[in-house]
Amino acid sequence: MRYLPLTQADRAEMRAVIGVGDVDALYADVPAELPLAPSLDLPRAKSEMDVERLLGEMARRNVPASRAPFFIGAGAYKHHIPATVDHLVQRSEFLTSYTPYQPEIAQGTLQYLFEFQTQVAMLTGMEIANASMYDGSTACAEAALMAHRITKRRKAVLSGGLHPHYAEVLRTISHFAGDEIVALAPDVRAREDIAAMIDDSVSCVIVQTPDVFGNLRDLASLSEACHRRGALLIAAFTEVVSLGLVTPPGEMGADIVVGEGQSLGNPLSFGGPYLGLLATRQAYLRQTPGRLIGETVDAEGRRGYVATLSAREQHIRRDKATSNICTNSNLCALAFSIHLSLLGEAGLRRLARANHASAVDLVDRLAGVAGVETLNESFFNEFTLRVPRDAAGLVEDMAEAGVLAGVPVSRLLPDAGLDDLVIVACTEVDTVEDREAFIAALRGAL
Amino acid sequence: MLDHKEDLAVGTFSGNRGLDQEEPPIFEIGRPETSGVDMEEPAHFEPRLGGLERERPIGLPGVSEPEAMRHYVRLSRKNYSIDAGLYPLGSCTMKHNPRLNEKMARLEGFADIHPLQPQSTAPGALALMEELSRWLLALTGMSAIALSPKAGAHGELCGLMAIEAALEARGEAETRKTILIPQSAHGTNPASAALLGFRPRAIEAGADGVVSEEAVAKELGPDVAAIMLTNPNTCGLFERNVVAIARRVHEAGGYFYCDGANFNAIAAIARPGDMGVDAMHLNLHKTFSTPHGGGGPGSGPVVLSERLAPFAPVPFLSRDGETIRLVEHREGAQSFGRLTAFHGQFGSFVRALAYILSHGSDGLAQASRDAVLSANYLRAALRDVMTQPFGDRACMHEVLFDDAFLEGTGVTTLDFAKAMIDEGYHPMTIYFPLVVHGAMLIEPTESESKRSLDLFVATLRDLVASAKRGETDRFTRAPRLAPRRRLDETAAARKPVLRWSGA
Repeated sequence: MRYLPLTQADRAEMRAVIGVGDVDALYADVPAELPLAPSLDLPRAKSEMDVERLLGEMARRNVPASRAPFFIGAGAYKHHIPATVDHLVQRSEFLTSYTPYQPEIAQGTLQYLFEFQTQVAMLTGMEIANASMYDGSTACAEAALMAHRITKRRKAVLSGGLHPHYAEVLRTISHFAGDEIVALAPDVRAREDIAAMIDDSVSCVIVQTPDVFGNLRDLASLSEACHRRGALLIAAFTEVVSLGLVTPPGEMGADIVVGEGQSLGNPLSFGGPYLGLLATRQAYLRQTPGRLIGETVDAEGRRGYVATLSAREQHIRRDKATSNICTNSNLCALAFSIHLSLLGEAGLRRLARANHASAVDLVDRLAGVAGVETLNESFFNEFTLRVPRDAAGLVEDMAEAGVLAGVPVSRLLPDAGLDDLVIVACTEVDTVEDREAFIAALRGAL
Repeated sequence: MLDHKEDLAVGTFSGNRGLDQEEPPIFEIGRPETSGVDMEEPAHFEPRLGGLERERPIGLPGVSEPEAMRHYVRLSRKNYSIDAGLYPLGSCTMKHNPRLNEKMARLEGFADIHPLQPQSTAPGALALMEELSRWLLALTGMSAIALSPKAGAHGELCGLMAIEAALEARGEAETRKTILIPQSAHGTNPASAALLGFRPRAIEAGADGVVSEEAVAKELGPDVAAIMLTNPNTCGLFERNVVAIARRVHEAGGYFYCDGANFNAIAAIARPGDMGVDAMHLNLHKTFSTPHGGGGPGSGPVVLSERLAPFAPVPFLSRDGETIRLVEHREGAQSFGRLTAFHGQFGSFVRALAYILSHGSDGLAQASRDAVLSANYLRAALRDVMTQPFGDRACMHEVLFDDAFLEGTGVTTLDFAKAMIDEGYHPMTIYFPLVVHGAMLIEPTESESKRSLDLFVATLRDLVASAKRGETDRFTRAPRLAPRRRLDETAAARKPVLRWSGA
């Protein structure tokens, strides 16, 4: 087996040193009633070529985003990733290192995480950020738990514009943790009155912008309403590229900002691995979940970095920890950080404008299609379309015609009675021809 | 040999030391107006941002492509990695990460598909998830699987939620709030239990390093929801009373959660399902070779017993003839809900399956045996100079030493670990498990050649002899040959600087 360096002769010599005749003698503690090395009805070892053949066949049965005009978003987005990013994240020293427990020989990881934390704080308009969570949805749940600890209250109010998967994750964890959730009805046109839901028992209000239907939301007055009642405002986003163009949550008074960072540096990969971003105020530092990297000096006075404030974390504090998270999304954070360093502020703003322009162009074209209606007054690169038939069937029909058109709202909210809505996303990868193909396929499917 | 009394601070004008090059933060290199990504500015259009246009500058630096390459390559060279050397972190399973895995995960039909595209356009992805499930269920002897947990600790949440949902169905969720956890457990176990409102209660292991049936039996009662047991445990030992413990827990109405972090010792050798396990997470980034990436991403699928299977989270796979369907909503079933957006760490599934198919069932059993053989070889080669807390007995895939052999030398476990860095090794896991004084937990994995193991043994023996000769400077001043000397962690915590704020 190509991955195993020990030869039969090595194994025999090693057994002799240990003093056992058979390696299975080392499994003597396995209770006798258990079958040892049971015969499993599973295939035997395969060569590299055979594995490639087998997995290659599976891969070819899927339609990749790059092979069709592509307009699917709703929490994960198709963007161009510079070749440099994928090369660098495959450097041995990044790919095959562990969590930086020995900082003297992990300065590469620690410094890029310090840079990542800074970039996330800058983008969101917040004071500090952690070194990443699993993804946007789990970061959002962690933010609610964090708000509960800070406010010593246990009720979260969820906007009807929050991604339904995020809301479901929150609902699941809150149910088991014994916390209360008040979820507003799906709010397609961003007209809900969340402020009316805030009373003295509310720990936090969670609002997404751009929301799952694509609407941009001004959070300034809502943050004031939250703070008047001692509640925190948690702002969520699923499309981090939007922050290149729109007012960041930190400038609108958010207390905790969470989001999905996949759009920068990370492929779609059927839903994961992605990376959760979490940023907050310095004052809430000690209630922040996950790893934090801090600057310090070494014994020679040289600048260096360490994982810090670990008294918050499970490996030190165990059942009193701020979270149970251990492994996070380091390598995805590196991809994010490299992509963002390449873009820089000018590049990010340009990328964001290209995304917005692409969506504006498609919305303008849709105005000429009878029977469909764009519901958004504002949007970044995603919007919701009302169609005169079931959206799920329409999306299937458009896929048959070679266009991956969007996410039917019924896929996310099967019982909401919103079966005629589809969420459509545009990014810099769409061409004019792609948008023309969208319109043609849409007309054909109506 | 080095004169260990001398410091090695070599003053150079640049601060570089040959191939060890200094690299400032990206914020001291880049400029906001620079970009390493060429893209055309879109033609003029009327924005539809509802008046929410960003006005203030962000301050993000940009760099050209060569500058980016150099920055990150230089940073990478400050890291230790499996590809460069033995990485004996106990309980972390730092094995070889095959590049075939990376190549497969990057196939367009896997990397470039969207979790919400019509399922009819991704049948190959669903088939891959089903094939991985089939293998993991066969290897563990369990009934059902939840693929979506994002890492081991997330898998713990998943398993405990399934247990609580089952207790709810029995009407006992309010009364059964205690979870029994040995003191040697990973910190994630009590943290996960507490997060869900359970009360963790510690149970003691015996002098032989394993939990006895009696120790569990005397803690059992109508308040106990479950036991969380790591098997093989973090002392490197197989919990040999596991079957009896499981029986007692079940008789008392509780469930058995197994922390599967150490599955690498027993994959294709012993099945948790045969041991009475009700829920167990598998760390694909440990046992199944998906790269650890400096701290993630992980992937923590959870296998469930027949009793817990109905409560599995969404999404899950369902087969109807030739068609595999991903069930994304509860649809009136007993599923406890959703753990994450989308379907889990699909990229890790591809890598893990590439690893599994490469080994086959025969290769997986050989890998487990080699991992155990290698750990025992280290034990046998070091037992006369280092000390074992539970006597000289066979271990699983990791071997645990304590610091008794350092007594009177003035060298601590931390010092010993730092001296290993100067010798070109990543240290073992230290001060864990907490139940052993000055613990050193060594896991070589099956990826090391005998030559590599022998050199490691010779190095550790030299270090032990050196400590015993009183050469404490070699330890207390270490490391001196790493990119950084010991870092001031106290200062970092006292006045946290968590973001760059100026040169």
